[in-house]
Amino acid sequence: MNSKLASYIIKRLLLAVVTVWVVITVTFFVMHSVPGGPFMGEKAISEAAQKALEAKYGLDKPLFVQYTTYLKDIVTKFDFGPSLKQRGRTVVAVIADGMKTSAKLGVIAALIALAIGVVLGSFAALRRNSIVDRIIMVITTAFVSMPSFIMGSFLLILFSIKLGWLPANGASRGGLILPVITLSLSPMAYITRLTRSSMLDVLGQDYIRTAKAKGVPRVRIIFGHALKNSLLPVITYFGPMLAYIVTGSLVVEQIFAVPGIGRAFVTSITGRDYPMIMGTTIILASLIVIMNLISDILYKIVDPRITLE
Amino acid sequence: MDKKLTMHINVEDFIPATDKEKEYMVQMRPSTTFFKDGVKRLIRNKVAFVSFIVIVFITLCAIFVPMFWPYSYENMLGNVPGQPVDSSFNNLKPFNYSKTEQALIDAGEHVVPHIFGTDSQGRDYFIRVVYGTRISLAVGFFASIIVLIIGMTVGSVSGYMGGRVDLIIMRIVDIIYSLPDMLMVILLASVLNMTMGTAIEGTIFESIGPNIISLFLVFGVLYWVSMARLIRGQILSLREQEYVLAARTAGAGGRWIIKKHLLPNCMSVVFISVALQIPSAIFTESYLSFLGLGVNAPMPSLGSLASDALNGLSSYPYRLVIPAIVISLIVLSLNLFGDGLRDAFDPKLAA
Repeated sequence: MNSKLASYIIKRLLLAVVTVWVVITVTFFVMHSVPGGPFMGEKAISEAAQKALEAKYGLDKPLFVQYTTYLKDIVTKFDFGPSLKQRGRTVVAVIADGMKTSAKLGVIAALIALAIGVVLGSFAALRRNSIVDRIIMVITTAFVSMPSFIMGSFLLILFSIKLGWLPANGASRGGLILPVITLSLSPMAYITRLTRSSMLDVLGQDYIRTAKAKGVPRVRIIFGHALKNSLLPVITYFGPMLAYIVTGSLVVEQIFAVPGIGRAFVTSITGRDYPMIMGTTIILASLIVIMNLISDILYKIVDPRITLE
Repeated sequence: MDKKLTMHINVEDFIPATDKEKEYMVQMRPSTTFFKDGVKRLIRNKVAFVSFIVIVFITLCAIFVPMFWPYSYENMLGNVPGQPVDSSFNNLKPFNYSKTEQALIDAGEHVVPHIFGTDSQGRDYFIRVVYGTRISLAVGFFASIIVLIIGMTVGSVSGYMGGRVDLIIMRIVDIIYSLPDMLMVILLASVLNMTMGTAIEGTIFESIGPNIISLFLVFGVLYWVSMARLIRGQILSLREQEYVLAARTAGAGGRWIIKKHLLPNCMSVVFISVALQIPSAIFTESYLSFLGLGVNAPMPSLGSLASDALNGLSSYPYRLVIPAIVISLIVLSLNLFGDGLRDAFDPKLAA
């Protein structure tokens, strides 16, 4: 590893750490700027009970002390405090619980998007300007610009209400099929387009012509030379794809009633469960930041042609 | 004739031009400006042109249809003051009429049909969709303008000043850029919703609603960074272009260079990214509406209509399908039009 790459990695790591810190700080102060505090709107409670509650959750201390405590607990103990609405459970416990389902949903969706996207994209590039290529491009254009909640609702109407093939409830058996499809369609369309354009780019390169001139069989040219190189740009999409899947899962889990972290997040927003909102935002945001970091660094490592700034 | 430096004037140079010589000066076709050239390329691009027509059509409908349509978006038709609530207005199927309206029709009067039926509170659904389109388009447009103004100011300051100012601004931009935008949007929107309710009471902002304002604020805070980066990059690279150097060598002043070279070249990139920003704002608004953080009731937006429709999904699927189609149509055609704009007006990609 050369020193330029090392300094790039260090710079990106620093930026990631600062970003996560900014997320924590913004989240904390934004949430604490809400007037009335988290116990407003609950059924009327006495002055003493209010005081006791605030003391219990440390809300009576100065804001900056609360902030440093919060930050310290996260860094040293990975502790985001107790949930206000789900009594007796910590935020981390609730998130870990929802994460099991959501991670399964997200990972399967990402893998499907990747597999189908790469195949379709290469196919479209190899059959450039044919009818199949045109059809693939039209469909992917439509998928990319369709919001996930609309996609989800359409699938719900079609497959569980009209046809009755798949369950509408995400918690039931086979219930994750529709949410997975919903989440994977848009990234799949994007990866298809990305692979197609980079494959076309690669196929026009000199070394492909050289390979053809040498008499290398077509299959070996495609799989041995073209595909590997045309997959490089796809790596840069890993970060944005995770961001899409995370935000998409907020609505998709809502539509299909999947018991995941996205649904917990939305419930905590409507229920004003402050520690939950903060904890979920911070953890999901950090996940996205880390994924972006990894995909950027990976891209620089696998493609040495990329200039390091 | 031998070439010698002489003060004598060559008389031949002052003979009137013959007709044959004049032919060289005839313009074969009128000279085009950069703008005309771009428009021509844009019209030739069929996809972009059709998208443009779709956008214009939807926009005109959204502006003018509510002016003469007999129903309004908040009017519960069955709920006339002083009379018992007529629930036959609620949940009408498309082109169906309530009992009172049917009686009027039987009496020979003309009643404007409910093209998309009515919703569960007896409001005409067609006008709600039209009005929702208007709100969504307006949100997208103004959010993009906010992004444009902030991004352009910061970007050009950063580009012109250079040095330490540039460095600090760019580090801040880097950090905001790497924040996961949607999560931050949700966080800010949900909090601003709670805080702003009382703060804006009685001002003109109240009629817009705290949700829309928080959406604008969020856009102003988060989305200007890519615009700022774009403008800064443009200014930095344009300043070093050869034609700027050439113009300077030819004696052009700073003002001329900015007016004739920097601004026009910057503008095309700016307009393109604004055109592409609008669908992303509409998208974000509909997403927030879906989570209950969008426009305030009874005002409709395409997103809130779609999310309201989820409740009666099995009986009235068309109530979801209609706003969904409109959203997809707007986002798709704006994206395609933006792409066409880029192909037509970005000279660097034209080759």
